[in-house]
Amino acid sequence: MDQNALIEKLKEVIKPYLEDETLLEKVDGDTHLIDDLHINSANLVDIILDAEDAFDIEIDDESAERMITVKEALAVISEKIEA
Amino acid sequence: METSQKANLLQRLVDLLPYRRPFLFVDRLLEIDEESIQGEYTFRADEDFYRGHFPENPVTPGVILIECMAQIGLVAFGIFLSGVYRSGFLDAFAFTSTNVDFLKMVRPGERVTVSAEKVYWRFGKLKVRCTMTNQQGETVCKGNMSGMVIKSQA
Repeated sequence: MDQNALIEKLKEVIKPYLEDETLLEKVDGDTHLIDDLHINSANLVDIILDAEDAFDIEIDDESAERMITVKEALAVISEKIEA
Repeated sequence: METSQKANLLQRLVDLLPYRRPFLFVDRLLEIDEESIQGEYTFRADEDFYRGHFPENPVTPGVILIECMAQIGLVAFGIFLSGVYRSGFLDAFAFTSTNVDFLKMVRPGERVTVSAEKVYWRFGKLKVRCTMTNQQGETVCKGNMSGMVIKSQA
């Protein structure tokens, strides 16, 4: 899957957790999942669990802690897809 | 687990709860394993909130029923699942969301039993399906609730 397809798929995973879906339009690699998307860390856990299902991967605790920005989240997802 | 070992564990979990009267809504824990927990509490006739909720017609507030479910189903269960009960060192545990339906009223002096089943425990977040029943075995309230371990800064 190329980077664009990955980010689009990740946006679909994130969408249900956003109060304001227009925030998705501004999402890029530097988007901070908690600060920029106005979600809390509990919702971030649900996003990570949904990403596991959407991408058919398993994310360990250490990798989850790295998923702070969109760029880092995509890096973890790519690693797990290739693993 | 041996019976006495289990009794010690259940008592230790109650002792580790950060709440105290008048905001401790757990008398004892009845059962625990990796999948579920059960505990009970008797609402004292002299709980302070009955004076205002409502004068002449004391009813346990729904938010207090939720608090009782959260103290057993999220906090006590979270202390167990996270393993912190072994070290006795407790990080903060934050209530993050809930969706509860209420079916019956709870009057002063009633004993309630709370049962929680783990939906998942991952990345420090605990989500449970929780049910409160009264002494007649009727469901008082039920729903999902979640909480999260907030790690203290080292």
